[in-house]
Amino acid sequence: MKYSIKRILQLIPILIAITFLSFAMMRLAGSDVVEQKMLNTGQVVSEAQLQAAKAELGLDKPFLVQYFVWFGKLLHGDMGVSYVSGKDVFETFISKLPATLFLTVTSILLTIVISIPLGIISAVYKNKFWDYLIRFISFIGNSMPNFFVSLVLMYFLGIRLGWFPIISKDMSLSAVAMPTFTLAIAMSAKYLRQVRATVLDELSKDYILGAKSRGVKFSVILWKSVMRECLVTIITLLALSIGSLLGGTAIVESIFMWDGVGKMAVDAINMRDYPIIQAYVMWMAIIYVTVNLITDLSYRLLDPRIRLEDTSNE
Amino acid sequence: MNKKPSKKLIVFTIMAAALILVSIFADRLCPYDPYAQDLSLSYNAPSAEHLMGTDTYGRDMFSRVIIGARASILSTLALVAIITIFGTAVGVICGYCGGKVDSVVMRISDFFLAFPGLVFALAVAALLGGGIINAVFALAVISWPKYSRVARSQTLSVKSLSFIQAARLAGDSPVQIIVRHILPNILGPILVTSMLDIGTMMMELAGLSFLGLGAQPPIAEWGSMMSNGRSMLQTYPWVVLSPGFAIFVSVVIFNLLGDTVRDYLDPK
Repeated sequence: MKYSIKRILQLIPILIAITFLSFAMMRLAGSDVVEQKMLNTGQVVSEAQLQAAKAELGLDKPFLVQYFVWFGKLLHGDMGVSYVSGKDVFETFISKLPATLFLTVTSILLTIVISIPLGIISAVYKNKFWDYLIRFISFIGNSMPNFFVSLVLMYFLGIRLGWFPIISKDMSLSAVAMPTFTLAIAMSAKYLRQVRATVLDELSKDYILGAKSRGVKFSVILWKSVMRECLVTIITLLALSIGSLLGGTAIVESIFMWDGVGKMAVDAINMRDYPIIQAYVMWMAIIYVTVNLITDLSYRLLDPRIRLEDTSNE
Repeated sequence: MNKKPSKKLIVFTIMAAALILVSIFADRLCPYDPYAQDLSLSYNAPSAEHLMGTDTYGRDMFSRVIIGARASILSTLALVAIITIFGTAVGVICGYCGGKVDSVVMRISDFFLAFPGLVFALAVAALLGGGIINAVFALAVISWPKYSRVARSQTLSVKSLSFIQAARLAGDSPVQIIVRHILPNILGPILVTSMLDIGTMMMELAGLSFLGLGAQPPIAEWGSMMSNGRSMLQTYPWVVLSPGFAIFVSVVIFNLLGDTVRDYLDPK
């Protein structure tokens, strides 16, 4: 308990730093936004008008004051409006989030379905044909950037074979298939190696030999003992994939026109829509940090040894 | 470390060196001018004359892929070199000096490690605007902490060894100790880290270019070439797939080299 509270308290300075950084970034980039906006109207703008407009937005105040005003609004879910659409940034972000979460969940599920069985097969048939084949495929998968995978899948499965729609119009299973494949291929390639290593490590332990000599079936050992030990690895993998997924979805979403936060961010970057970019960076960082915390805490539930180590250190 | 290099290591080193040589001498190796437009030749399918076909403006794709190696491979190597040197320097200094400097710098690197990498790179690149140098900078900002972690922990373990104390007693200055005694002893793990990183960095750099945040047209770069050709995937797939294939092959070669170097320096 003590550890959990300590961990949560540690999170606060990181979260504050994240908000500060994204605010500072926005100010660095968007300082001439007012001028830009007024010049776009096509009228002659006097210096006085410019100052008045800046004062109206609070841009004439010192940097830190601006930050605290902004932070106060942030706590109420007010992140300003998009420069392009004029809509509320927070609402836009929330409306795009379900699509990204849906894609994330399907990709993680597919990754688990691919990487755990293949990792186990690879470990059980160590240095035999299946192991080499699986490792070869994993190596190939690891060496392809996700936009290349997307376009290859799009070309063969979408255009040549016509199995899946090329552009996703809705959040159906057939529409999510190709973006999911793309993300799952890259992740599985990475994680089946780790599953393999974990299983190999586990299989070399004495209790496995003991179980074998007692006549316990190998499949039972695999499913009952080895699988359970894989749990911690799998949870680590899930936490790790959240980070790469959050970044990776940006490219994949914009290729497949999947209407999630990743595509929103890429569009915003192309149009220099800074409030949206700011919201994206900040929320992604917050989600990432939070997921890491949950992972850390869940280890302690799963593996009592980690709990013991902490108490002996204190 | 006097082990004889394996055959694999020699082969992959030669392949990687060949790639680097191609990107250095790219302009002399192109069969056609990669920037010369000839609309009468646009969208030719791959043939003996144009190995990878031609693009919208009739430019020879094979020449463009070769010249694109320059932006893609050389900037990746520059990026890896920058983060290796900077990260190692920071890590060694932190590990050797310890104290307040160490804890402050390590908190900063914690902070960078706490961010999802590509999301942050996107933000930095968006802030700086397009351009290959900005993309390299964006990735460098988020990638150095890994190296300072490795360098720091290695420095800490070497620092406590008796020959370092002997050097100190002999009156060597801290700079001399770091350069002469610590660096040579920690280079192995750092080299392995950076070799394994080349492929990943190449993919991330190409990814930023693909999103329009790296190399800008007309400069030929594999990621941006793929992005520009996207709409032609259905009708003229070679325009999109050949630069992608070039990225794939280069990443494979550098990953193979990285794996072999790791096996060579750090056999488990």
